[in-house]
Amino acid sequence: MASRLRKEGREKLTGRSQYVDDLRLPGHPEVLHGTTVRSPVARGTLKAVRFGGSIPWKDFVIVTAKDIPAIGGKNAIAHILHDQPCLVDEQINHPEEAIVLLAHPDRFLLEEARRHVTFEIDPLPAVFTIEKSLLKDPVIWGKDNTFKEFTIEKGDVDGVWQTADLIVEGEYHTGAQEQLYIEPNGMIAVANANEGVTVWGSMQCPYYVHHALTHLFALPDDKVRVIQAETGGGFGGKEDYPSMIACHAALLAWKAGKPVKIIYDRAEDLAATTKRHPSSTRHRTAVSRDGKLLAMDIDFLLDGGAYMTISTVVLSRGGIHAAGPYECPNVRIHARALATNSPPYGAFRGFGAPQSLFALERHMDEIAAKVGLAPEELRRRNFLQEGKATATGQIIREKLDLPKLLDSALQSSEFIKKRKAFQEANQDPANPIKRGMGLSTFMHGAGFTGSGEKMLASVAAVEATPAGTVRVLASNTEIGQGQRTVFAQLVADALGIDFDLVEVVQPDTKIVPNSGPTVASRTTMIVGKLVETAAISLRQTLIQSGCLAKTYTTAEFRKACGEYLSKLGALKCFSQYQQPGHIDWDDQKYRGDAYGTFAWAVYVAEVSVDLRTYEAQVDHFTAVQEIGKVVHPVLAAGQIEGGVLQGIGYALSEEVQLRNGRMANNRLTNYIIPTAADAPDIKVIFAENPYPHGPQGAKGIGELPLDGVAPAVLNAVAMALGPEAASRIHSIPLLPESLMKALDGAAESVKGERS
Amino acid sequence: MSPSMSAQKITVRCKINGQDRSFTTYPMARLLDLLREDAGLTGTKEGCGEGECGACSVLVGGELVNSCLIPAIQAEGTEITTIEGIAEGEKLNFIQQAFLEYGGAQCGICTPGMVLAVVYLLNRIKKPEDLTEAALRTALAGNLCRCTGYTKIFESVVRACHARFGASAGASSGDQR
Ligand code: FES
Ligand code: FES
Repeated sequence: MASRLRKEGREKLTGRSQYVDDLRLPGHPEVLHGTTVRSPVARGTLKAVRFGGSIPWKDFVIVTAKDIPAIGGKNAIAHILHDQPCLVDEQINHPEEAIVLLAHPDRFLLEEARRHVTFEIDPLPAVFTIEKSLLKDPVIWGKDNTFKEFTIEKGDVDGVWQTADLIVEGEYHTGAQEQLYIEPNGMIAVANANEGVTVWGSMQCPYYVHHALTHLFALPDDKVRVIQAETGGGFGGKEDYPSMIACHAALLAWKAGKPVKIIYDRAEDLAATTKRHPSSTRHRTAVSRDGKLLAMDIDFLLDGGAYMTISTVVLSRGGIHAAGPYECPNVRIHARALATNSPPYGAFRGFGAPQSLFALERHMDEIAAKVGLAPEELRRRNFLQEGKATATGQIIREKLDLPKLLDSALQSSEFIKKRKAFQEANQDPANPIKRGMGLSTFMHGAGFTGSGEKMLASVAAVEATPAGTVRVLASNTEIGQGQRTVFAQLVADALGIDFDLVEVVQPDTKIVPNSGPTVASRTTMIVGKLVETAAISLRQTLIQSGCLAKTYTTAEFRKACGEYLSKLGALKCFSQYQQPGHIDWDDQKYRGDAYGTFAWAVYVAEVSVDLRTYEAQVDHFTAVQEIGKVVHPVLAAGQIEGGVLQGIGYALSEEVQLRNGRMANNRLTNYIIPTAADAPDIKVIFAENPYPHGPQGAKGIGELPLDGVAPAVLNAVAMALGPEAASRIHSIPLLPESLMKALDGAAESVKGERS
Repeated sequence: MSPSMSAQKITVRCKINGQDRSFTTYPMARLLDLLREDAGLTGTKEGCGEGECGACSVLVGGELVNSCLIPAIQAEGTEITTIEGIAEGEKLNFIQQAFLEYGGAQCGICTPGMVLAVVYLLNRIKKPEDLTEAALRTALAGNLCRCTGYTKIFESVVRACHARFGASAGASSGDQR
């Protein structure tokens, strides 16, 4: 069957889709604009706030932390911990921390006013790097700057070093990365004691926002309503920060007695909202002469920024993925997330795994070089297989065929042939363009880590309407990935009715049950399964009621719905997540089945490096992956292609320059994402192996592509430049400046050796 | 670019999507705001406000511009086309149709600007061979998309070019992209 067309495609293509900044609230002709005044320092004690200039302050709505107790709630953005305040009371912990909120009908005057709010602050010493945070001087969070620490142990790593043929060590770094959804964050709030709080906004997780608002306002669940507006991209960047903006807009609206809209401009969005965690990883690996991994000792560190937010779970995923798709009898992964005085880092597609897999997959190439094996051969000798155990002791119970994925990637990219040709051509000193081929092999666990899904216990529903159409009710959001289309397809297929008869309801906490957040590659695999199951039970109900025969046409189905509803009342079927029986996880020891399943992949990058400009570019990219069953080929390929290009940006151009904890390059002119001119052709190949617990056999795929791109690209650059420079190519982003250093350093040491 | 508080408002007359319109606004207000707030045409998006992303692309006098960089006063007497003016009633134009079928729009926020950039590109092409890969990449390099990796956008444009010139058109096949 041809791929179904995107449900909301027409609205998007004609400009009719309503994103938050496009909304007009019926019954609310006047909406005030809101803005946020932020700390000028990274750490300090707030002494006083001054409202200066010739601003008519009496016309402004002004909110500070002092207003929160009067409302009855707690000054915190409730999430895993409640450590992050909604507004600074006294203690300032990062340079974009919100201190004062302002609202006014005229947004130009509002901006003028924002600049005339000044603060008196006693500065305190601050911490800006992981290394400094480890020293605990000063301690800026908790007892020892550590948000979370855990160790995964398999076998006995320390028993191996003595006897191993080879020990290979390496240290790898990744920088922060901005999600850069093209629609900046924004929220509109209506809030008062009578009606409670309602917000509309750009978001991935309506129930996270709901949770934060009920805590801040101390309101019962039914007095808070969160409605997702059409959302212009998220990639993790609209997972937790929208709660903050919703809280700010609602506080202003409550005090103003009028709706308030806060739309970030690009500069504010870049500077203040969450980004991918910077990381630092150390590998020490024991290998046999024939290239078998004997022991892997991995130290994995994340910079979490000033508050915990979701760093603990990012660390879990990053740590669990750190040993990759390899079988090694002895593994130790020591993982820590540390506090610094930067804005908190948050979710970004991959969620810790791109960091730890970058380190691992660069390191695998280094090992291959030391052992004297081709990179693909080293990997092949160590691949996980069915029946074997991951680092957490999870036994692979599916038909896993990594050699087949590898062969497919090698063949379709002409890896071996091109590598040989490039190696020869690169010898020519007169040729300033050096080319390289690089690969990475990796996996991504779909759904929440460990017992996360069990604790979430998500619920989705499907209901019939009198007209015989079907509505899907879930809190998962369409953010570009195609959730609406996939849910509609799953329900239409389960019911055997036309795709057009299925409507996926816009998430609104008053209407849809909590099917959990739109994160962790869980929407299709976990919630799609719930939606499919609910649809099947709706069909069974219709059949059991006698309204519908066992086989039926779409027209008969519609008639049956009408008949059921008029005779028996509402027809709405729910489905709640039940953990598949094979999953067994120990949250304390980090042992067992970390995920229900994994998607598996082999990626190949072909690059060229210009020695005159020190620029590296990706010329071709091949992405081979096994993602269970591909339920919607166009959307699935779209996810992979988009993720690959984000990964190329992560590898080569996207640098967050931090000065004293603050993003200095918070503009699109100097934070550089790939354009149409930079995008290589991306070949996407799917291998299928249906997952019995996913809808139609699907596994999660959203995050997978980000995990393996950067190491494939850097491995290719390293190949292009030869072993001397390669040993210096351990960090991303690999900008021309860093490439120049790597090459000059290599030249230096070659000279040194010769003399 | 914020209009000076002391500036006198002016009247701007222009044609938007074929209709005569007139607005009272600050001379230095952005065309983007004129379209979104005064004309109520919210299909034109703001991604950066400084000419980098192309989400605010519209056609003014047939030229592709970033409406966040154009002062309202410059709209006087011009003909403007926004995304709302591309479809013929409920019928998508061939570019929109190709984007719908080939997955050229994901989150949709870059889409209005992207479609206008493609309208502009295909308007200037006289024969299908003019749509070289380089021409395509250059034409879209000012419109950032974070979702698609551009692959399906390129394919959509090639298909749209087919639709316009007949099936054999297009220098690069969408399937190979
Ligand atoms: S909003 Fe005009 S170019 Fe980005
Ligand atoms: S479709 Fe989302 S930015 Fe292009």
